[in-house]
Parts: sequence; structure tokens; C-alpha cells
Amino acid sequence: MTVALSTQPLSILAAGGEGGGLKFPPVENLVKWPAWFLEGTVFEFNKIAFINFVAFIVPVVLFFIVSRKPAAVPRGLQNLMESAIDFIDVQVIKPAIGPDGKRYLPMLLAMFFYIWIGNLFEIIPTAHMPANARIANPLILAIVALVMFIGVGVKHHKLGYFKEVLFPPGVPKALYILVTPIELLSTFIIRPFSLAVRLFANMLAGHILLVTFSVLCITLWGFQILNIVNLVAFPMLVAFTGFEFMVAFLQAFIFSLLTAVYIGGALHPQH
Amino acid sequence: MSALSNAVAQVVTQAGETAGLDGDALKSANGASSAGFAYGLAAIGPGIGIGYLVGQAVQAIARQPESAGQVQTTMFLGIAFTEALALIGFVVFILLKFV
Repeated sequence: MTVALSTQPLSILAAGGEGGGLKFPPVENLVKWPAWFLEGTVFEFNKIAFINFVAFIVPVVLFFIVSRKPAAVPRGLQNLMESAIDFIDVQVIKPAIGPDGKRYLPMLLAMFFYIWIGNLFEIIPTAHMPANARIANPLILAIVALVMFIGVGVKHHKLGYFKEVLFPPGVPKALYILVTPIELLSTFIIRPFSLAVRLFANMLAGHILLVTFSVLCITLWGFQILNIVNLVAFPMLVAFTGFEFMVAFLQAFIFSLLTAVYIGGALHPQH
Repeated sequence: MSALSNAVAQVVTQAGETAGLDGDALKSANGASSAGFAYGLAAIGPGIGIGYLVGQAVQAIARQPESAGQVQTTMFLGIAFTEALALIGFVVFILLKFV
């Protein structure tokens, strides 16, 4: 008994030891997904693609149902969707673009819902994988944001937009040697890169956090005496699941807010 | 900074040699230890930054509760920008550890 007690805590730390040990799933599980069908083609369909489709179809269906029979006094589902639109309008567009930003509402709303529902699959049982924890997803969204704000800038200021960005007014002429490369780098490269990495790393970190606590709980379940640790570990897992629910919303909000800020910056370059 | 990571790499190499690890295992051990350092160091700055930022935002809201909405939006923006550094550190961690 004493021998078992003194060796068990050690063997639980030594991965692959005789007494089991913490066995983390290999990292390939995160980057290689088995194809469901159409294997080997460009249209290979796997779990991530399925989550993406759900994230794309659910808002479309919800908004379509609501817009079929719009009532003057919204009730039920219509109320919910109208408050979602109102949320994007008041919390994202008003502070970031201003009163003339209402025409970008559909794009930002679609972006918000797509990211949010993709993220929510992080904590939905049997899925447990945020679609945005694959870098391809946030990267495409970031490229959309990049093309959008450059497009808005070029549309409203013609090629003067690039002059405004690269040679900001009010800077002494000699300093342009310093300012122009920094602005070029920060506006056209670091902006989309950080936009993508922020979403990707947040979701991946959350996923790994949940996996770590799940593996810990499952491993401790097999050790009679160490099961006591589960009294702490399992509530932590539940708490982090709640935390990730919040993070899923927050990241979708921040992504659409930053896109709105970049569009606003392209629309009114002076401030 | 490189002196520190060199020292760590040296300690890991020596410990690995005494433990009888071969080249590949040693390399991954080195990668793992520097990954820990990379993320730990990357978390310092954003930690201080976000703490300061949210503290100031709370103070602003406490002083002027009617401006809470505006302050909150700006706070989230600031957090997003500050947090990016920590997240890049996390990506570096993943790259060092697994790639």
C-alpha cells in the first residue's frame, strides 16, 4: 500500500509510465482530420467543414424565417434576431464607424454570426472543436476584412487613400523615411495577420485548455486515492467551459469590432 | 535574452546527456524548455498591460457610469491589441514545441 502510494503520483507525471500516466492525444488530432467523403479532392468534407456549413446555414435560416412574416411589434424569434442586429448596430458600428456605417451592417452581422457559431462548437458536446482553431478559417476572414477596408478606402478616396495611409499628414517630411515603412507594415501586413492570429490562437488555446483538464479528470478517475483531486479538477473543467462560452462570444465581437474599426479608419482617415 | 536561453539549452543538454537521451529526444526537450520560456516571457508584458487597461477602465466607469458603453468598447479594443502579443507568444510556443 505504501509502495503504491509513493509510486502512483510519480507514475502519473511520467507520461507513458507503467501505471498509465497522463496520455495527451497527439497534436496531429488537431491538424489532421479524417475525411467524411470526397477524400483526396479539393472538396474533401470533414468535421471542420461540417461545422463551417452549420455556422453558415444557421444564421441564414434564422434570418430567413424571421423575415418571412415580419411583425411591427416583434415577438419571440423575431425579437431575438432584431436585438442581435441592434447589438451590432449599437455596440460595433456606432462607436467604430459612426452614423454613416449602417451600410456595412450586413457584412459585419454575417461575420459575427459565422465566427460566433463556429466558436460555439468548442463547448457543444460531441463536437468539441471550434472551427476557428484551424488557421485557414480566420485567415480567410482576415483577408476578407483586408480587402474590405482597402476597398472602402479606395472607393471613397480613390488612390489618395494610400497616400493618406502611407504619408500621414502633419508629419515632418524627413520623418517619412521612418513612418512610411512602419505604416506599410502595420496597415497591410500586421493588421490582417494579427486579426487572424488573435482569433486562431484564442480558440486553439481554449480548446487545449479544455482538453488538458478533461485528460486530467479522466486520468485521475482511475487512481482511487488521487480521485480526491477530481474534486478540484472537475469544477475547474466546468468553470473553464463556461469561460470558453464567454470567450467564443467575445472573440466574435472583437473580430467584427476590429473589422469595423479598420473600415471606419479607411472611411475617415483623418482620425 | 539569448544568453539566458543559451544557458537553459546548456542545462537541458547536460541533463539530457546524464539521463542518456539521444539527439532527437534532446532536441525536442530543448524545444520544449525554450517554448516554456518563450510563452512565459511573452505573457509578462500583456499581463501588465491588460491589468492596467482594465483597471483604468473600471475607474473611468466608476467615475462616470453613464459613459460605461463607450468605455467598454474602447476597453475591448485595447485588450484585443494588447492581447495579440501574448497570443503570438502562444503561437511561438506551439511552433517550438510541436514543429
